Amino acid sequence: MERIPARMTMGIDIGSTTVKIIIVKNGDVVYQQYERHMSQVRPKTLELIRMAKDVIGGGELTVALSGSAGLGVAKAAGLPFIQEVFATGEVVKSYAPDTDCVIELGGEDAKIIFFTGGLEERMNGSCAGGTGAFIDQMATLLDVTPEQLDTLSLGSEKLYTIASRCGVFAKSDIQPLLNQGARKEDIAASIFKAVVDQTITGLAQGRRITGKVLFLGGPLYYFKGLQREFVRSLGLSHENAVFPDMGRYAVALGSALFAEKTGQPMTYEELVGRLEAAASESHAARYLEPLFENADDYAAFLNRHGKASVGRADLDAYEGDAYLGVDCGSTTTKLVLMAEDGRILYDYYSANRGNPVEIIREQLVKIRARCGDRVAVCGSAATGYGEDLVKNAFSIDAGLVETMAHFKAARFFDPSVDFILDIGGQDIKCFKVRDNAIDSIMLNEACSSGCGSFIGTFAQSMGYSVEEFAKLGLFARYPVDLGSRCTVFMNSSVKQAQKEGAGVEDISAGISISVVKNAIYKVIRAHSAEELGQSIVVQGGTFLNDAVLRSFEREIGHDVVRPAIAGLMGAYGAALYARELALPESSLISAKELESFRHASKSVTCGLCGNHCNLTVNTFGGGKKFISGNRCERPLGREAAEPLPNLFAWKLEQLEALKPLPGRRGKIGVPLGLNMLENLPFWHAFLTALGFEVVTSGVSTRETYIKGQFSIPSDTVCYPAKLMHGHIADLLEQGVTTIFYPCMTYNFDEEKGDNHYNCPVVAYYPELLRANVSELSEPGVHFLYPHVGIHRPAKFADKLFHNLRAVYPDLTLREVREAARTAYTAYDDWMKAVKAEGRRAIAWAREQGRKIVVLSGRPYHIDPEINHGIDRLIASFGIVVVSEDCVADLVEPVKVHVLNQWTYHARLYNAAKYVTAQPDMELVQLVSFGCGIDAITTDEVRDILEAGGKLCTQLKIDEITNLGAVRIRIRSLLEAVEERERSHAATK
Amino acid sequence: MQLQNDERVLFTKEMKRDYTILVPTMLPVHFKLMLNILREYGYRAELLENSGQRVVDSGLRNVHNDTCYPALLVIGQMIDALESGRWDVHKVALLITQTGGGCRASNYIHLLRKALKKSGYGFVPVVSLSANGMEKNPGFSLTPMMLDRIFYAMTYGDLLMLLANQCRPYETEAGVTDALVDRWANRLTDEMKGRGPLSYRAVRRNYDAIVADFAALPRKTEEKVLVGVVGEIYVKFSPLGNNNLEDFLLSEGAEVVVPGLLDFCLYCVYNQLNDHKLYGAGGFWKTLVFRKVYDMLCKKQKDVIEAVTREGTFRPGGYFPHTVELVRGYISHGVKMGEGWLLTAEMLELIEQGVGNIVCTQPFGCLPNHIVGKGMMRIIKARNPDSNIVAVDYDPGATKINQENRIKLMLANAASIAGQHAAREVPLPRHEEEYGGEPAVSSGFFSNSQHE
Repeated sequence: MERIPARMTMGIDIGSTTVKIIIVKNGDVVYQQYERHMSQVRPKTLELIRMAKDVIGGGELTVALSGSAGLGVAKAAGLPFIQEVFATGEVVKSYAPDTDCVIELGGEDAKIIFFTGGLEERMNGSCAGGTGAFIDQMATLLDVTPEQLDTLSLGSEKLYTIASRCGVFAKSDIQPLLNQGARKEDIAASIFKAVVDQTITGLAQGRRITGKVLFLGGPLYYFKGLQREFVRSLGLSHENAVFPDMGRYAVALGSALFAEKTGQPMTYEELVGRLEAAASESHAARYLEPLFENADDYAAFLNRHGKASVGRADLDAYEGDAYLGVDCGSTTTKLVLMAEDGRILYDYYSANRGNPVEIIREQLVKIRARCGDRVAVCGSAATGYGEDLVKNAFSIDAGLVETMAHFKAARFFDPSVDFILDIGGQDIKCFKVRDNAIDSIMLNEACSSGCGSFIGTFAQSMGYSVEEFAKLGLFARYPVDLGSRCTVFMNSSVKQAQKEGAGVEDISAGISISVVKNAIYKVIRAHSAEELGQSIVVQGGTFLNDAVLRSFEREIGHDVVRPAIAGLMGAYGAALYARELALPESSLISAKELESFRHASKSVTCGLCGNHCNLTVNTFGGGKKFISGNRCERPLGREAAEPLPNLFAWKLEQLEALKPLPGRRGKIGVPLGLNMLENLPFWHAFLTALGFEVVTSGVSTRETYIKGQFSIPSDTVCYPAKLMHGHIADLLEQGVTTIFYPCMTYNFDEEKGDNHYNCPVVAYYPELLRANVSELSEPGVHFLYPHVGIHRPAKFADKLFHNLRAVYPDLTLREVREAARTAYTAYDDWMKAVKAEGRRAIAWAREQGRKIVVLSGRPYHIDPEINHGIDRLIASFGIVVVSEDCVADLVEPVKVHVLNQWTYHARLYNAAKYVTAQPDMELVQLVSFGCGIDAITTDEVRDILEAGGKLCTQLKIDEITNLGAVRIRIRSLLEAVEERERSHAATK
Repeated sequence: MQLQNDERVLFTKEMKRDYTILVPTMLPVHFKLMLNILREYGYRAELLENSGQRVVDSGLRNVHNDTCYPALLVIGQMIDALESGRWDVHKVALLITQTGGGCRASNYIHLLRKALKKSGYGFVPVVSLSANGMEKNPGFSLTPMMLDRIFYAMTYGDLLMLLANQCRPYETEAGVTDALVDRWANRLTDEMKGRGPLSYRAVRRNYDAIVADFAALPRKTEEKVLVGVVGEIYVKFSPLGNNNLEDFLLSEGAEVVVPGLLDFCLYCVYNQLNDHKLYGAGGFWKTLVFRKVYDMLCKKQKDVIEAVTREGTFRPGGYFPHTVELVRGYISHGVKMGEGWLLTAEMLELIEQGVGNIVCTQPFGCLPNHIVGKGMMRIIKARNPDSNIVAVDYDPGATKINQENRIKLMLANAASIAGQHAAREVPLPRHEEEYGGEPAVSSGFFSNSQHE
């Protein structure tokens, strides 16, 4: 190899989080630095270069930059720039030519490079967060440093399923685990596992990661736990998994090589001069208006809001009865001890720090001690995510769902309230109130989760407390516009703003504004202040942040009431509820019992059914035990006497009962997913009549997904579609060599709407499978995916006959026509049976006086891996579950305000319409993440329900398996309905 | 197809007189020509040119945020215009195209009406522009003479776009290309005035004259990287939708290749024929008419291609009947929602033309593009190893820096494929075999480092 001249070359890699600098001289690295830049991109870079002054000396060197933040600097300084993935590729080609694949994780971006079998370089899509920044956030969530997180992970005993779609989704799986008391070690390891899954599905996109794999980038260098999960998940041997020491510097080294070829030699002084000039250059970002013009403005604002306060009494002087409210939220724990007359005796507000039980114990010890014999706690209630856990741990008298707690508190504050907005750590809840009852509830979902904890995590990562950070934003001159899609997007907007030179105060203000926009436009979906109401109460810890409050008033153009105890409203509501209970005596843990209180938790896998729920068993000493993580009552030892009618379960059973019948044409496989979960009776009859033995893939499980995740090309497609890859793999594993999965632009015409399409994903997923699952193109495998027109029975057989004859020359037209007739009859019978079973379930419920929930979505939502057991969860409240297709034809087709052109969605509108006329029915809509069409249906279904005086409950589902948030939504619905019925009964 | 919204506000004959019809921007040149035709036929039409963050914010306020980005932008642009105070809101109507198909895009017009109602503009009439007349308005109709002119506005627009793209990166004097485009747009507008049918001979003469004019522009001869742009129709064409993608690619030293709008029309017609073939839809006569229309459109396209080829300076666009054949073995023509199989076909067409570097643009979460865009990349790459495709998502929350970084990666690979970097052996530090492997060995590589 030719030796380079005795000249130096420098590579600078400025990523989203760190700066890496490397200097190579005569083929040796003579200088290297890796440091976090804390958004001070240009000063930090200069600092690191200045440190190299002596190394550089008086000679000349060439310089090139790389990295997402390097681009701007390179432009401003007039230095060569090389794209970072490309730089990595070049380096690896030169230094480790036997590498098959490179995986590089950075602060914000994840990259993969395949070398063998066609060079391909990819970066993660916009909707993906499994990177260094994500790990940092998760560490904050667990209240540990990233290094501690790594150490913890090495002590794991088991892994939890954590959604790997993105950081936000993962977070909504992790938070409840924390609150249930799962071991931090296990959570830490599961976080790394999620990063690995995210990388594999998001980046590999159909190409298998095999051979010698080089792992680069900071996180993969520092985190041993992450290394371990990668090696494990990819099944790599020791010599094929390479974690080089210089992995962090790969991009910088690539830049150095690039500089050597393209850069102009310059002296140290010249380089510093250029960068200094660049550092002083400021860039225009998208600015918003400042929140406050001046201090007077702010003082007037404070004065106005100072009026909304609540009375306080001195706990050390008070004598009499008191009521305790505990709000164990997702990220914070709140306690309120309330006097008989509603005054606050004691309150507490703190971050969970991953262990709410210990925090509450400390507080109770304090409260008990200060109460002495003067104050008698006569009632206690718990609410929030950790309600069940703390209720069991401390023998709290009652629990109520947090939405009701917030509602109670707000009404106590302002009896005329007609709109409540609560922004907490993890949740945004909005209620419209009419006639003293909740009229509608809106809750955020994962993709609109920009709320309190985001600000908190962010403040911490910048080295501020939340309070300090929030204050900074008040007088920011140029708040940056960070958009409102979701926190992953916001995070990267923050990074962009920082690179453009935005200050901490501008970012602080920008985040507050984004949180508010997210709540208004994505959760409430409001358009004007009038829509919200006249008396608006805002609460939740996040509103204690004046910048958030101000942004909200600005955005809706209306003054609102923020109680001084905005952060304690849940706990206060719980205390009010405890008072309502009017108990003779509270069962709350005594001072003496508190002394011997012990808490331990361990995780086990429930083996009672195929779901294999991860259970967390908490023990509190004295034989008290609390189990969480369960979807049904079985592990609690409480078996329901007789299962209630449940159309979801029934339909699935019927499909499973369709068995293969041996036939002369041999086996044909059908994947049991998407529209096949409705059309199987049709195709089963059709293919069986043609002499095929119809084999289906098994009902989906998490394993089905994992089996197929390697070949998913688009990470933002819905989960039901992603599962199809696993179903194909399943069929192939069963030894089936002919697979039938037709494309269907059109669905059956049920004459409910303007047309009868399938959505593009359902219609054409077979095409995608053919192009991405390489096994389907192997010799000996026949994948039949004809485009069929099931909506035109008259032509259906003839058209399909021509198609099939190419593969089965012995088929006759007569045979196919006959089979088609059988199939249409079978389908007709099946639809009739579904409706009959629905009627039977409804009749039974009415006989028994049970409530009915029409759980609405698409036919494939009956898949237990897609619905995650929501049907059973609802049934566990003693409710009969029916599906939308059983009731869709009980009303005249609904006229909607949108183009009603999809068969499945037309049913949805009809079902909603039907429910509005049934006092004992509620509708719960299941929405799969990524279903673009549901962006249209959700608004329409809400309109239909609300116009009919019904509450609208929409559950967005994806891979997320934790049902904590779902449970709260269902309970909110049920308790709001009850509350409504009570208040209607009272007014009559 | 029967449509609902019986209560929709009609655009009446009276309105034609004094209402201004606002038209959202998509393809600047095409739309300008088409708008001039509307004006010539007595409509007061104006192209909306408002853009920027206000439009996005208005969209976010008025459309479900999970709806596709084009809907958000188009509706945002319209409502922002109404709120701008530039027009008397009681004297404006809005025009929007309606395709009708399994994609949610066919719902734009309904989402627009919902948004208008919500914002208190429920009284503003919305005019649907669709090839098959999905909604009728007494005051708005496209006469055969108008359709004829609109059609040629499209072929002219495609030709001007094709030629301008091949001149702009090489111009010796900045702005001459766009000036020529403007000159022709004005001249063509003048020519299309009047009521009678256009002379097709004159149209073809114009093709030749246009090509000759562009060929006469002084151009630098340097080699540029060719980059194709395909994708969802709005974000592919509209600078508002794709963060000025063409400008960015130009600034990176690329020549942009964008397949024309006529292909999309041909695709729509072709799908009618294919529906007949697949499902027996639309009886014999209807199909025969579509067949005739299809053949006629193909012929017209061929004439443009021939005008370009005859002159010889520029690369012509693809010939649709050939484009159709390219996807065989990749995707079926039955995939017809959104841009459907055409998107895959356009990528293959570009590759065949030697434009292997492609930006595939789509709104975030675009349903058809899961299949026809991202879903086909693996198989395209496998069969065309030199192709270099990057998928870029557009969304109000997607940052430009991330989009540009991904495009830059594609460009870096493009340069590499072109062999521009392969020319020189990379001078490397020693111990190349020691990169990787056991940490002890690779840390040895850094033994000279002063900082540990």
